[in-house]
Amino acid sequence: MSTIPFQDAILVAIFALVVGVTIGGALIAALSTRIIRGVSGLMLCCMGLGGLYYFLNSPFLALMEILIYVGAVCVTIVFGVMLSEPDEPAHQETRRHTILWGGAALLVSLVILGGVAHLGLRGPWQEPAARVSDGSVQAIGLALLTTYSLPFELISIVLLVAILGALVIARSGRTKE
Amino acid sequence: MNLLQIHQRPGVYLVVAAVLLAIGVYGLIRRRTLIGMLIAGELIFSAASLNFMAVNRFFAPDPAVGQIVVLFIMGLAAAEVAIALSVIIAVYRNYRSIHSNDLSELKG
Repeated sequence: MSTIPFQDAILVAIFALVVGVTIGGALIAALSTRIIRGVSGLMLCCMGLGGLYYFLNSPFLALMEILIYVGAVCVTIVFGVMLSEPDEPAHQETRRHTILWGGAALLVSLVILGGVAHLGLRGPWQEPAARVSDGSVQAIGLALLTTYSLPFELISIVLLVAILGALVIARSGRTKE
Repeated sequence: MNLLQIHQRPGVYLVVAAVLLAIGVYGLIRRRTLIGMLIAGELIFSAASLNFMAVNRFFAPDPAVGQIVVLFIMGLAAAEVAIALSVIIAVYRNYRSIHSNDLSELKG
């Protein structure tokens, strides 16, 4: 492991890149005028999140994040973009109104950021005395099929009902014409 | 604080999750189309997942539990996106618009 020169510096550089991609993608997703750029920003954000999960010792969830969010959720949103006309409308409201609402939204999000970051940094976190498992893929699979088998089955029922409900809702408007 | 060990400190992950949550809330307030609000909601889901993973990695006695919770969050987010997009498409078919200012009637 220690044969690579500057491996700590390389690791920190990759970590900074991943954090930057996550936050930059989130900013693009929330601030861009065109919705398709927002979806691309969400894709970038999810790639960065996959990298963060890799740094948090769970490569399985990193792959699942990229597979589910980039591969399924973002592609579904792209289909929604193609089937409707989602670009932000031109500014109809007055300038004063825009500044008022923008300031209110910025204030609320800054208060949330400060509060949650303060809780995260100053909270009375305690290291656990001992680890029960190692968090490997084998441990996840065992826990899913023993302790968490009921929520696992419930999730599959929720997904089935969601797919059927989506079909019913999206279809009902079509027969009315 | 050693800069070379920054990826092993829990505060960094918790602050990144807080930033994601704040950006998501800002987008949820400022966006004026339904799909934009949906994207901002996904950012909030991601912030919750990252928080779960950070606490799971550093402070949980059983590191498998947080990963399973995040898997469940991903499944619920996928179901939510499917439902929300079908609702958005039905709304677009009725109103020819998905801008949240135009959706002012309840009885269609």
